[in-house]
Amino acid sequence: MAVTGVFMSAVADTHAQDHHHGPAKGISRWLLTTNHKDIGTMYLIFSFAMFLLGGSMAMVIRAELFQPGLQIVQPEFFNQMTTMHGLIMVFGAVMPAFVGLANWMLPLMIGAPDMALPRMNNWSFWLLPCAFLILVSTLFMEGGGPNFGWTFYAPLSTTYGPPSTTFFIFAVHIMGISSIMGAINVIATILNLRAPGMTLMKMPLFVWTWLITAFLLIAVMPVLAGVVTMMLMDINFGTSFFDASGGGDPVLFQHVFWFFGHPEVYIMILPAFGAVSHIIPAFSRKPLFGYASMVYAVGAIALLSFVVWAHHMFTVGIPIVGQLFFMYATMLIAVPTGVKVFNWVATMFRGSLTFEAPMLFAVAFVILFTIGGFSGLMLAIAPADFQYHDTYFVVAHFHYVLVPGAIFGIFASAYFWLPKWTGHMYDETLAKTHFWLSFVGMNLAFFPMHFLGLAGMPRRIPDYALQFADFNMVSSVGAFMFGATQLLFLFIVVKCIRGGKEAAAKPWDGAEGLEWTVPSPAPYHTFSTPPEVK
Amino acid sequence: MRVHAQRAGALLGGLMFPAWSMADWTLNMTPGVTGTSNEIFSLHMTILWICVVIGVVVFGVMFWSIFAHRKSQGAKPANFHENTLVEILWTIIPFVILVVMAIPATATLVDMYDTSESEVDIKITGYQWKWQYEYINEDFGYFSNLATPRDQIENRQAKGENYLLEVDNHLVIPVGKKIRFLVTANDVIHSWWVPDFGVKKDAIPGFINETWTRVDKPGIYRGQCTELCGKDHGFMPVVVEAVPEEEYNTWVAEKKEAAERERQLTQKDWTMAELMERGEKAYQTACAACHQADGSGAPPAFPALKGSPIATQDMAAHIDIVVNGKSGTAMQAFGNQLSEVDLAAVITYERNAWGNNTGEMVTPKEIFDYKNQQ
Repeated sequence: MAVTGVFMSAVADTHAQDHHHGPAKGISRWLLTTNHKDIGTMYLIFSFAMFLLGGSMAMVIRAELFQPGLQIVQPEFFNQMTTMHGLIMVFGAVMPAFVGLANWMLPLMIGAPDMALPRMNNWSFWLLPCAFLILVSTLFMEGGGPNFGWTFYAPLSTTYGPPSTTFFIFAVHIMGISSIMGAINVIATILNLRAPGMTLMKMPLFVWTWLITAFLLIAVMPVLAGVVTMMLMDINFGTSFFDASGGGDPVLFQHVFWFFGHPEVYIMILPAFGAVSHIIPAFSRKPLFGYASMVYAVGAIALLSFVVWAHHMFTVGIPIVGQLFFMYATMLIAVPTGVKVFNWVATMFRGSLTFEAPMLFAVAFVILFTIGGFSGLMLAIAPADFQYHDTYFVVAHFHYVLVPGAIFGIFASAYFWLPKWTGHMYDETLAKTHFWLSFVGMNLAFFPMHFLGLAGMPRRIPDYALQFADFNMVSSVGAFMFGATQLLFLFIVVKCIRGGKEAAAKPWDGAEGLEWTVPSPAPYHTFSTPPEVK
Repeated sequence: MRVHAQRAGALLGGLMFPAWSMADWTLNMTPGVTGTSNEIFSLHMTILWICVVIGVVVFGVMFWSIFAHRKSQGAKPANFHENTLVEILWTIIPFVILVVMAIPATATLVDMYDTSESEVDIKITGYQWKWQYEYINEDFGYFSNLATPRDQIENRQAKGENYLLEVDNHLVIPVGKKIRFLVTANDVIHSWWVPDFGVKKDAIPGFINETWTRVDKPGIYRGQCTELCGKDHGFMPVVVEAVPEEEYNTWVAEKKEAAERERQLTQKDWTMAELMERGEKAYQTACAACHQADGSGAPPAFPALKGSPIATQDMAAHIDIVVNGKSGTAMQAFGNQLSEVDLAAVITYERNAWGNNTGEMVTPKEIFDYKNQQ
């Protein structure tokens, strides 16, 4: 009843404002906005800025690893770079980019006038720049920034951490609050503001995957907050959660961290699954194969993600029964993930395919994510993991699922919806150039890492034995190429915002969904009157 | 399966990448020299080929669609969007493959966890940034430090063949015997890995992990620490030397004798010059990684010793911090890591080197008494 009330008044409000639709002027538009499109835009800009910052740290790492010996940075700083690169990419680039896409697209896809909790939406965005200001500022503090890896295992991060660790903990707390609020907003919006007639099983897949992602966020972000709070206690208040000499256990840290960390990796991939499930049918001009099984597969992946965490810890000495349980559960995830890949391929099969930039990124997503899935399956085999664990094989694996998975998924989404956002078509030639350079650079950077890991190169080392030299050089060249190419993306987007061919309301002839029923660019307020879904 | 996989791999590799078969372009895991490492290699190749076959099928269908069903080729889209039979099949088939894969994996894992009936027990302790090996039944032990000179790391000298994979004291084991490793750490988590053995185990402060190996082929095997453990994580290699049993027995006897000699040195009367000479060496291996060779440290984590109150004022405080460490910081308790002679030498050295000219010295006997009082 209350829900209907909110909904009705939202409709009534926007009707009353019919004559002053536009945004406020100046900086206050951005500081005070409660508009889902403005907030979505800010999330996307912020995440791209973080992507460049985290990426430039990766460039430092790859420059140091270009050849054996210490050339550019010292090990202390190298460790800060690997740590900050991971933290910024995970929490600053990938997660906010998906929240940005959710803000822009969820209301448009379900026919809602805005997010359900617009003021909280504003706050959850503006917390992020504060959190990252604190996090990045630690680099300039005495003793340097976090240098214990993005997984911050205790006691390296507690007893042996730099003085700035407490600031890092505070930043993680703020990011967590922001994520939880964002997730609550997504769930409230999807469950309450769908257009009449849009039942759960009629929701677009991006909406489904985000709904499930939001539940994952609410389940695990408090766990992350818990583990960093225990660190805070150990560092500043003399407790011994993770210190064996005081009755604690360093392995407890890893259990709690990965209970958060494993669902977290699905948080970073599920929304991309959803977006790709729109893009592939659009450019295949054929409905998505197996909609229902896609929904069930995402649900199954999300549930399984809670019972596989210790596969990150096969070498810590958990008892054999535990080892076997986590091995079997992890292998099981391959089944629903396989179903998704098969469905995408079946969607393309006997379609009528064209390859604009969104489709190129989506197809590369399917191929390369599958390769990352294969190495994931290999890592799941516990005995073999004793050889792979903490080597470059793992680095190759998670970059194969995150770069072509999350990042290519975001690029595909951006090109797919840019015409809707800006009202202009982007420059297709430049976008295809961006794709091919990214594709080649990414594979050149990360594929040789499989070989390095199998040959025995541990991860997180600033210098390496001579037999690893050749592939490291290849990898660095690829990384520089991939990194530099992303500036082209910035140029393409700016160019598209400033002008270009006028975009039709539905610029892609095979696209489906409510977002294509509103004009391009989408007006500041949309769906003040809910559409009818048949 | 293993032989098949190896042959197929070699063939594929030979056909596709003739230039890459050189050592520096190693593409695959090596089978290693132990039963465990061979079983792991076989699992690795099996799962790899399963992935390759699935990949060929899935990507094959996809590339066929990309090739044949393009709009520019005049393809008209079909309109099917579900098929229950197909969907059930591609859920069940992968599941069956996984079950088949899980069986040998479980067998190998059970074998890897069986540390019973060992013939030699060695305790391995990870330190920032070196390994300690203790032969617990023979009553001796020693540290194993990186032997690569700083000049090679900083590119002032050509890099040697075993750059970063060489140590001053190898871990020596006899061939053909089941060796049990008891793995722990003194400060942060480390991980002890020798790829050729298929042995990797985390070294966790306060806990002891067990693992084992049996090496049949004499030789030198190299590995590294694989858990980020701070600044010099990349600089603490593992080198194991497997030798025939007789040679091993001789080596153990020598080591025991040397340990006994070392203990007697405590009772000897040491001069300042002798202590300074020994202290410089001990300082380089035990202290210089953090406090630097010239005592300048790397503040704030690693304070300078040159001109510091600890090294120039109260001697008792100096002995206390070296022997017992300082909790809550990276300063370890060296009382159990170094002999009384080395402790005395290091403290004497620190009080008289780099312009810390206190002229004071402490003898091994005094350190011995100090430790006994505690």
